[in-house]
Amino acid sequence: MVMAASETKFHVLAVDDTLIDRKLIEKLLKTSSYQVTAVDSGTKALEFLGLNNNDHQDVEVNLIITDYCMPGMTGYDLLRKIKESSSFKDIPVVIMSSDNIPSRINRCLEGGAEEFFLKPVQLSDVNKLRPHLMKRTQTNVNKRKAMDEIVSPDRTRARYNELEVN
Amino acid sequence: MDRNRLHNQVASMRRSLFDQGYLDDQFIQLEELQDDTNPNFVQEVVTLFYNDSTRLIQNIEQALNSRPIDFCKLDDYMHQFKGSSSSIGAKKVTNECTAFREYCNAENAEGCIRSFQQVKQEHAILKRKLEVYLQTVRQASQTA
Repeated sequence: MVMAASETKFHVLAVDDTLIDRKLIEKLLKTSSYQVTAVDSGTKALEFLGLNNNDHQDVEVNLIITDYCMPGMTGYDLLRKIKESSSFKDIPVVIMSSDNIPSRINRCLEGGAEEFFLKPVQLSDVNKLRPHLMKRTQTNVNKRKAMDEIVSPDRTRARYNELEVN
Repeated sequence: MDRNRLHNQVASMRRSLFDQGYLDDQFIQLEELQDDTNPNFVQEVVTLFYNDSTRLIQNIEQALNSRPIDFCKLDDYMHQFKGSSSSIGAKKVTNECTAFREYCNAENAEGCIRSFQQVKQEHAILKRKLEVYLQTVRQASQTA
């Protein structure tokens, strides 16, 4: 019933329009044992999550890390769309930017971002992600436990096997 | 003792790149990310940078040659350029980009043109130094 922590890899969705930074963040995340999907725009991020259509999405994303300055949809725009969606508002979002602008940082944090990283992002920054993921997983476990008890008690056992993380 | 000589050469070149301010800590981050699953990571990132920045340089040249100068567009290109150069730890190049953006914000065309010469110069110098350095690193690892 209990899964070893090493078997569960958190899945991070990374969003950055710059190829170099995408390569960097992907490597940083993989080195930290995360499963990574990297896309080059907010639009593609939403498509990946399944927010742009009504299909039920199968993909499980545990955290979204996005660049702020992107053409079309900025990281802030993406953050707001995630926080305004019923399916994804609980996914932690982290914003990266090469510009150290306090008003921008505040706006993002007030908009629901968990962290704001200044670029270039380093391993020490990526290490700050884990607490947000661990906390979120526990919240989901508690939520689903509560929901399952209401829906159907005998189906909860299978769910617990997937969700429990040490 | 060819192998020792090469390794010493690598260490010395590397130290020099940092001591002379061409590279900063971010380059060390790249080196630390290189591993068995990605043994050419540093070279790959450097190559990406030079491909990307060459394109940006052309765009900036064009923007500087057009009249009237679109300072917004210029700043946008330079923002990208600066972002990439700081991502690989190219310290001097990044500093020249910062100087350029100041002239850009002030809409100082002459300042931009002069500053851009500096950007290109540092960009070219670092390219040459990194080529030689990374080639020596490759030679040293092959003589293991």
